[in-house]
Formats: sequence, C-alpha cells, structure tokens
Amino acid sequence: MSARTLTLDDLLGLDRYEIDEEQSHIQVDQSRCQRCQLQPCLTVCPAAVYVVTEGEVTARYENCLECGTCQIACDSGGAGGITWRPPRGGFGIAFRYG
Amino acid sequence: MEKFDAIVVGAGPAGATAAYLLAKAGMQVIVIERGETPGSKNVSGALLFSQVYSEIFPKFWESAPLERAIVGHAITFLGEQTSVNLDYRDLDEGHVPHNAYSVLRARFDPWMAQQAEDAGAMLMPGFTVDKLLQENGRVVGIEAGGDALMADVVVVAEGTRSGLLKEAGLRTDEYHASDVSIGVKDVIALPEDVITNRFQCLNADEGVAYTCVGHTGGVEGGGFLYTNKDTLSVGVVAKIDAVYKSKLQPHAILNEFKAHPFISRLIAGGEIVEYSAQAIHRGGVHLIGQLYGDGYVVVGSAARLLLNNVMTLRGMDVAVASAAAAAKAILAAREMGDYSHTALAGYEQNFKATNVYKDMVTFKDTYPLLENERLFHVYPELAGAVLGDMFTVGAKPSKKGLKALRDDMRGKVSLWQMLMDMNQIGKGLVR
Repeated sequence: MSARTLTLDDLLGLDRYEIDEEQSHIQVDQSRCQRCQLQPCLTVCPAAVYVVTEGEVTARYENCLECGTCQIACDSGGAGGITWRPPRGGFGIAFRYG
Repeated sequence: MEKFDAIVVGAGPAGATAAYLLAKAGMQVIVIERGETPGSKNVSGALLFSQVYSEIFPKFWESAPLERAIVGHAITFLGEQTSVNLDYRDLDEGHVPHNAYSVLRARFDPWMAQQAEDAGAMLMPGFTVDKLLQENGRVVGIEAGGDALMADVVVVAEGTRSGLLKEAGLRTDEYHASDVSIGVKDVIALPEDVITNRFQCLNADEGVAYTCVGHTGGVEGGGFLYTNKDTLSVGVVAKIDAVYKSKLQPHAILNEFKAHPFISRLIAGGEIVEYSAQAIHRGGVHLIGQLYGDGYVVVGSAARLLLNNVMTLRGMDVAVASAAAAAKAILAAREMGDYSHTALAGYEQNFKATNVYKDMVTFKDTYPLLENERLFHVYPELAGAVLGDMFTVGAKPSKKGLKALRDDMRGKVSLWQMLMDMNQIGKGLVR
C-alpha cells in the first residue's frame, strides 16, 4: 500500500527550512508553563515543536511550520506561556508546494 | 524617510489583490512579504473558486499556474470499514472558467504578486514587518528589519497569524481555540496519467475534490483530497480545542484518515513530497474581525474572513473580495485626502455589498453543525451500515430501509436526537 506511514521526523525531513541559527522566534515563559494543567502545545503542534525536557517546556523552533496553532491553543487552553512571532525575514519554513 | 501612498503587509491573495488594484489606479504601493518568495509561507487545501478571481483578474485561467480544473466534487462519509460517496460531476467540457481549480500556493501566489508588480507595485520579499508605527493613535507606517517606512494607509494582509494589530494595541478580540482549526496536509506525488485515470478524468486538465467526514480520530473535523497535476493534496482540518482534548497529534489524525481503505486506495503508490500545516479560522459572519481604523485596513484571513459551509471551505476568494472592497474604499479616501477610520468605513459597506458577504449571511446557521460531534462520529458510520444492510444478501432476512436504519441507530443515537440533528442540517444547508 502506499505512502508508507512516515514518522513525523521523516515528514519534517521532506520540508525545506532556512534555519535561523542565531535566534528562536518562539519564546516560552516557564513560570506560566509550570502551572499549566493541560499543556495543549504538546498535542496541537503539527511539528511537535514543543517537548518537555527535564521538567521544562522547550521549543524546537527549527521544526516550526509557522501555522500559528500553538499561540491560539496556548492563549485559549493553556497558561499563555508561548510567544510566537514570525521568524526574521527570509528564515524559517519555505514551502515548495504549499 | 521613505514614504509611499500605501504599504501592504503580506503578498498572499488579499495583499496581492489590494496592491494590484491600488497600483493600477496610480498609487505608489510597496508590498512587504516575509517569505523569500511570495507563497513560500502559505498553505491552503487548495481550491480556488473562479468567480471572484475572474472579476478582478479577467481570464486568469489563461496565464495563472493552476493545477487541474475541478469538474467533480464529492462528499464522502467514512465509517470504520465503509464509505458512502455522493459524487457530483459537471461533465460539460466546453465552459471556461470552471467553477474551481486546484492550486499549490507556492506556485500560485507568485503569479498573483506578479500581477501587482506588473501594475506598478514594488515587491519586497524576505522582510518581516516587526511592528506598525503610530502617531496620535493613527497608523502611519511600519518597521521592518530596523527600517521605518511611512505611508498614507497600511493594508494589513498578514493572514491568520496576524499579530501586528494586537501588538499595536489596536485589536483586543482574541482568538478562541474553538473558532480555529488546525489543517495538516501531505502533498503526495503520483504520475499525471495515474491521477487522471484513477479519478476518472478525461485528461490532465481535469480533476476532482473530495470532502470527507468521519475517520479523523473521533475529533470534530474533516478530511479532504484534491487532485493536482502530478500530486494529490491530502489533509485533515480539525478544531484546535478538540485536538488538544483528544491528545491526538495532528499528524496522527492525518495518518488515521489516510489509512482508511477508501483513502489509502486513492493514494496508493504515491510518495509524500511535502508536509505542511496552517491554522484556519472558521470564519462566519458573526466572527468577522475588525476591518479598518485610522490609517489602516485589514483584509483576508487577517480579518478572519473565511466561509465554511461544510461543502466548501473558502478563503482565497473571500480574501480577494475583501481586498477589492478595501481598495475601492482606499481610492475613495484618496480622493478626499483623508485616511481616517471615518473615511475608510466605506470598506465595510463595500464588502457587505459583495456576494461573498451575502453567502456568509446565507450560511450563518451552518456553524452549529461544525460543533455537532454526532456528525463526525455517528452518522458516517450509520450511513455505511444502513446501505450495507440494504445491499447485502446475508444469512438473515433482508430489511427495508427504515427498519435497517432503526436497528443500526440502536445504542448510537435516539430517533429524537436524529430528528433534531436533521433539523439542524436542514437549517444550515437546505432551507
């Protein structure tokens, strides 16, 4: 059968990114994340950018598809710890099909 | 300091349309786009409905990079191992433009931006607008990459992710997770002739679009499959709050949808070439955002202008219609030499006169349907079960339709509930 099921990492590996090595476009306020019960960011991000490492929510911003979902989920169902801004001009995801 | 007549933030359909119309009328326009090329940040399904486009860009189908003309629309209900497919085809080969075309945004958006450039607008790709500049509560320009640019009017066309107005303190209405969906999509490559044959098209210019309900992990949402030239766009759209409550990640929901035997047969042999995602406001006349203020207008999905009537999800043509309405108001404001919110109020009146707005009003009662979870996990299964009963000659005596329906409903939905839901569907889509 087709399109054998790819892992998320495989899928993200197909996409083209211009990674900003100098700065992340996502800021995470740990103090807010610590008191967040639901942590919707861990589920809703289509690129699983948000992961918990050593008890802290970290953002693997280089995988970001720039869909805007995390900010909405965090403000609405989370504790408002995420601040997502567009990457600097020319950086980030560059869709070839879109 | 550089001063333009108009600054457009974002070179998607809304921004490109506004820039095209303003430049064509002789205004000095600059379009600032954060992608290195227009479209490189943009994701849609994507179906482009022709009517509004053809009013602004006559004969666009002759030069725009379109994938296939959509000659067939299907609504498909997916049960666990069943599918019920309502397949509409317009088999009149002669007429152009077709109702809709499939497009890929990274290829299509550059064409739109080119129309604006050809009309005289200046395009500045690869720059992120960092903030709106204000003087005495009036928007007077933008800052991008450390440089300030001034203008009489700023057109905010930065899409669903729009954050500039909020940061400038000009927008207070927040998004709610229940009003926004997450769309995820695979673009799957298949040879052109395989697609043509598999979807029963006459040639590589014809294509079809499936809207699917069911088999999305029990999450309120739907799936879609559109044919492009030599790729398929296959995705799911699910409400953000339903996704985080389900604890199912979006790509897992997409995988479940693609694993349904109805879908897996249609994509068999294909190779995924890109994975993308986009937050999609559900739109609707009651959720339209702020459209204008002193020195600025907001167009397209930045103003939450979308139209979802279950059958079709329209964003691009709605964006074009709003941008045209805004451009008309800006040109009138230029005549008066006044870009205050009073002068720009014509935008709202112009937009309310469009068919797009009238469609939004017509389908205002469709929105409760998108909240009705039985639509996503009871009825698709039920449709398959009832038809299965009617077609199957089995060991048990056959039943007529209504008896089969009553038996299959048992334990899933009461008759009373179903009548209520039918009424809701009727109100939303039929009468």
